[in-house]
Amino acid sequence: MATTTFKVWRGDSAGGEFQTYEVEVDHGYVVLDAIHQIQAEQATDMAVRWNCKAGKCGSCSAEINGMPRLMCMTRLDDLPEGPVTVEPMRAFPLLRDLVTDVSWNYEVKASIKQFTPKAPDNADGSWHMEQYDVERAQEFRKCIECFLCQDVCHVLRDHAMHDRFAGPRHYVYAANLEMNPIDTGDRVAALRDELGIGYCNITKCCTKVCPEGITITDNAIIPLKERVVDRSYDPLAKLISLVKGNGGD
Amino acid sequence: MAEHQVIEHDVIVIGAGGAGLRAAVEAAAQGVSVGLICKSLLGKAHTVMAEGGVAAALGNVDERDNWKVHFADTMRGGQYLNNWRMAELHAQESPARVRELEGWGALMDRTPDGKILQRNFGGHAYPRLAHVGDRTGLEMIRTLQDHGIHQGLDVHMEVTVTRLLMEGGRCVGAFAYDREKGRFRVFKAKAVVIATGGIGRAFLVTSNSWEYTGDGHALAYEAGAELVDMEFVQFHPTGMVWPPSVRGILVTEGVRGEGGILKNSEGKRFMFDDIPPLYVDQTADTPEEGWRYVMGDREARRPPELLTRDHVARKIVKEVKEGRGSPHGGVYLDIAWIKEHIKDSEAHIKKKLPSMYHQFKELAGIDITKEPMEVGPTTHYAMGGIRVDGDTQMSTTVPGLFAAGECAGGLHGANRLGGNSLSDLLVFGKRAGEHAAKFAQSNGAVSLRDEAVAAAEADALAPLGRDPGGDVGPFRLQYELQVIMQDKAGIAREGEGLAEAHAEVLKLKARAAAMGSSGNREFNPGWHTTLDLPNLVTVSEAVVMAAQARKESRGAHSRLDYLTKDPAWATFNHVIKKGGDGSMEIRREDIPPMRQELKDIITEEQG
Ligand SMILES: Cc1cc2nc3c(=O)[nH]c(=O)nc-3n(C[C@H](O)[C@H](O)[C@H](O)COP(=O)(O)OP(=O)(O)OC[C@H]3O[C@@H](n4cnc5c(N)ncnc54)[C@H](O)[C@@H]3O)c2cc1C
Ligand code: SF4
Ligand code: SF4
Ligand code: FES
Repeated sequence: MATTTFKVWRGDSAGGEFQTYEVEVDHGYVVLDAIHQIQAEQATDMAVRWNCKAGKCGSCSAEINGMPRLMCMTRLDDLPEGPVTVEPMRAFPLLRDLVTDVSWNYEVKASIKQFTPKAPDNADGSWHMEQYDVERAQEFRKCIECFLCQDVCHVLRDHAMHDRFAGPRHYVYAANLEMNPIDTGDRVAALRDELGIGYCNITKCCTKVCPEGITITDNAIIPLKERVVDRSYDPLAKLISLVKGNGGD
Repeated sequence: MAEHQVIEHDVIVIGAGGAGLRAAVEAAAQGVSVGLICKSLLGKAHTVMAEGGVAAALGNVDERDNWKVHFADTMRGGQYLNNWRMAELHAQESPARVRELEGWGALMDRTPDGKILQRNFGGHAYPRLAHVGDRTGLEMIRTLQDHGIHQGLDVHMEVTVTRLLMEGGRCVGAFAYDREKGRFRVFKAKAVVIATGGIGRAFLVTSNSWEYTGDGHALAYEAGAELVDMEFVQFHPTGMVWPPSVRGILVTEGVRGEGGILKNSEGKRFMFDDIPPLYVDQTADTPEEGWRYVMGDREARRPPELLTRDHVARKIVKEVKEGRGSPHGGVYLDIAWIKEHIKDSEAHIKKKLPSMYHQFKELAGIDITKEPMEVGPTTHYAMGGIRVDGDTQMSTTVPGLFAAGECAGGLHGANRLGGNSLSDLLVFGKRAGEHAAKFAQSNGAVSLRDEAVAAAEADALAPLGRDPGGDVGPFRLQYELQVIMQDKAGIAREGEGLAEAHAEVLKLKARAAAMGSSGNREFNPGWHTTLDLPNLVTVSEAVVMAAQARKESRGAHSRLDYLTKDPAWATFNHVIKKGGDGSMEIRREDIPPMRQELKDIITEEQG
């Protein structure tokens, strides 16, 4: 066992500071283990969110040594020597310590037109879909809603355009719906207008931090931007898409 | 009285995992107003962690499958202690419940002819688990969540219920605090559905998250509900064992479903050694036959790695005890070996088991396409739970109180089959929602008693007023409880240890009740844990008490002092209820005789 120094941000919206904790760490420790140890022995009131401790629920998002990451999937052996800083995500209002108010994300999602299936193909109410048809949208459905992509995106982080820009997570969500082989909803105009996809300048920072390895920019955002452009400048494409719905692509 | 907000609904649902979401969606569909309450953010409940799949006799991969086979498999797996009515409804209704998810946006993996693909799992006669790689739970919860948010539900996230409110024996609401500020919310409702999940946090090595403190079990018990089958706690055979930080994290049974084999330190496939009599006819004689089964040969029988979880877990413990374990006290689970049979096995494994690949790579530095994993048993699932009516999911003793999902008991008997939980959530979540709505529509308005609310407030605030330095602190106390339960009420139990555990749990109960908490009411995990502790102690007491009473080994419950299964113990369940003097009471409740047609199915399927 070795001792590692942690600098953890403590405080609330009124203010706060980094506090230093020394933690005895065991083999294979992840940052969340250290935070738990601090909680059990030194600061029972340290606020932190977590559930699965296995990278599946997307609760434990934070900034570790300045990088947006999941605390439960960040091994101490993989971090450089020296103190480890842990602080809350910056793109959302702080509640306390490592916990931020992410409710805005839930509101944005609810504003996106919901899944709207075409009539079933089969008598038992099911649809015929092949693996090839579903694979594209399945990539987006891996999203664990950790909101790390939202945190890193400069449009939210630096420019705070939360009222005009839905953020990468929601483009992934919209892409999942648009590329679902049986969905008939149309979200292209909303992506351009209310959801502000045009503000994304394809820096790809979101793709880099996604713990699920979703190719957010190339596979979700760019195809959606293309649809927006097609629709805005090409009346013929618009007509065809209206006739076909957007099934099957 | 301290300040609180009063919120009124026809139906409130406590818990937003698969069961709670499904219940809320159904209740809303019946036209009543619904409040949905959860301790975490929406979409983070335990259901999100489920990996392998959801069991439903769709017959897409093997058309010989149907609800009767699923029913018989579930009963055999539960060693016939199951509530057979629930097992019947579950088998009949799960196919429709799974199909319906695709109409709400789910995208399951497909068969070559464009249907929902199904995979093999322990105890299921045919490939039966609909799935998406090894993230089926995520698919299910996200589908229900994204559908639910458009059904007019009033969602209360990060709000914890600490007490059910009662009026003349009927459940009429719940008392809760919000995690953010520690403000109180009083919910007034004509019907209440509990869907709070399990109790895994009572044990040291567990696949369960912090939320699994048995809140629903304890809330219902305190309100006068009965708990059933509490001795049956499932220890999943394959949890991670190394490094220490990840001990207990689940390795899906899907690994074995896809051909993974178990080996001891001598390289032997020890699962071939002893096959339980109930399963001899269905189990492969040779590794070669087992592989043919994995590849879908309909004449071949299951490899022994796919026997039920209770058996596999015990076999692993035996290997380790007898000195044939892996370096860190487990055994080897090997999926890499399929390269002997499959070209490009590396890509195949990554495709079929992506999150297992990721989990081992990131957390243990192991590439499962090349090396075996080290695994050992981990506390996984509570078969026991709130005793309900099989059709309506209403508590047997408390009108207006419904339960669904892992916190309800009955369906799984002495041992749950993999995949039968996700289907349980859908089938009985829907039923609970429907019947809670009907109850709300046909029963009159309710009123809350001020004294009851005031008492709940005082109890919630009490830890903050007590000296936090008086004891070891809530997290350490929880740890002490976990050690007791792990050592003395875990996978191998005996009378003396259980008696000690009982005495120690009772001592902890007093300490938990006197625990103080530092800090204030704002997002204070120490305070929250202090409020969870009594629930965890209550469910621990129930587990220990039922385990003491069952003097035989059956399903997930194994007693070193009563090694065999005793037919005389197959005729009743243990039922626990709070006695008039406030102490916990246990009794035997005979299992009602099964309808003849169901008996015939079991005889037929037994062959
Ligand atoms: C790692 C893992 C893998 C699994 N894989 C499978 C599988 O492949 N197939 C399968 O069938 N089963 C599987 N299971 C089991 C299955 O996932 C669970 O049994 C199931 O998800 C439980 O669902 P639920 O709806 O009952 O509860 P949960 O999903 O756990 O939800 C409980 C809800 O209750 C809330 N809650 C709890 N207490 C309170 C309170 N006091 N106040 C307010 N809210 C509260 C929580 O916040 C949460 O929203 C797995 C389990 C684990 C741990
Ligand atoms: S690619 Fe677009 S969405 Fe992603 S971080 Fe950059 S600007 Fe934001
Ligand atoms: S897209 Fe990736 S980074 Fe963004 S919320 Fe989903 S999982 Fe997290
Ligand atoms: S705790 Fe679930 S992702 Fe980290």
